[in-house]
Amino acid sequence: MPDEQVPDDTPDTDDTPDTDEATATDEGSEAAARPAPRGRSRQILSALLLGLLAFTVTVQLGQDEADSYQNLRSVELVELLKTLDATNGRLTEQIEDLTATRDDLRSSTDASETAQKEAQRRLDDLSILAGTVGATGPGVRLTLTDPTGTIGASVLLDAVQELRDAGAEAIVINGHARVVAQTWFADGDASGSILVSGKEVEAPYVIEAIGDPATLAPAIDFRGGISDRVESRGGTLAVERLDVITITALADAVTPEYARGDS
Amino acid sequence: MIPVLGLVVGVAVGLVLQPEVPVALQPYLPIAIVAALDAVVGALRAVGEKRFDDRVFVVSFVSNVLIAAFIVFLGDQLGVGSQLSTGVLVVLGIRIFANAAAIRRRVFHA
Repeated sequence: MPDEQVPDDTPDTDDTPDTDEATATDEGSEAAARPAPRGRSRQILSALLLGLLAFTVTVQLGQDEADSYQNLRSVELVELLKTLDATNGRLTEQIEDLTATRDDLRSSTDASETAQKEAQRRLDDLSILAGTVGATGPGVRLTLTDPTGTIGASVLLDAVQELRDAGAEAIVINGHARVVAQTWFADGDASGSILVSGKEVEAPYVIEAIGDPATLAPAIDFRGGISDRVESRGGTLAVERLDVITITALADAVTPEYARGDS
Repeated sequence: MIPVLGLVVGVAVGLVLQPEVPVALQPYLPIAIVAALDAVVGALRAVGEKRFDDRVFVVSFVSNVLIAAFIVFLGDQLGVGSQLSTGVLVVLGIRIFANAAAIRRRVFHA
């Protein structure tokens, strides 16, 4: 121990044998024998040492918060490293798990995106068929004149049927009567007018159909076909092939009252 | 009275300056503090027994600190630094407890 060697004449302030009993007996006599002369400078020196101790303790306490690793020894550092390794492994596993989950979610998102695109495509197709959206594309324009007022709904319906047979995808009459599955034709009140699903159209009738012009035009023109029927009633039928036909007229969307979808 | 003043001033300076402990001193500082505490507790006991001596206190304080630091230094050089510093701490702790017990008996008679 550091402070065992003391001068004989001075009682040791902090020299203590390990048991209290021994201390009490062998130091009591010495203490009585010696009144200490105290220089002021020594007192100041003690104060300085105490101040140093207090200062060091304060600094050390502050230090521990700052960086605790520098005081650690290698064994503790190894322990710490092991702990960190374990934590690291655990976190790596977690990362893998989460990555897998993320990939799962991403692929399912992709799948649902594909499904959505498919559904959108079907919606677009069906919207054109149902006449709830406008349409643009190549096609033909038929112009029927009816100077005698003898062309009725049946001729117009036949013309529309021929176009449908030839693959027309969207049909409009006089620019505002869109022809869809539910469309009906009836003779109007005045001659030279026809009701198309309740909308009145008047001669000359202009039928625009989007489809393959090369197929649509012959379907109207063929011998004994619609063209001849119109001419036999004193009218004329002109067929134009157009690269772009834009149909903006919409049919009223019908919500089925009785029919229910199967799917 | 003056020593108490030194204590207060030391705490204040430490709190105000907040200095960094030099890296070279870091392993020795804690042990040195415990060694100094041993000297201080011993001095308190001596004061209680009315046989306190400034000179002994100063010498034992300084030598305690130096020897404790040297032992730790030696232990680090020998590769048994942690064991040796634990040993030093145990011994100093026993001494502090013994002195504290003596003070306690004198003050509380228990």
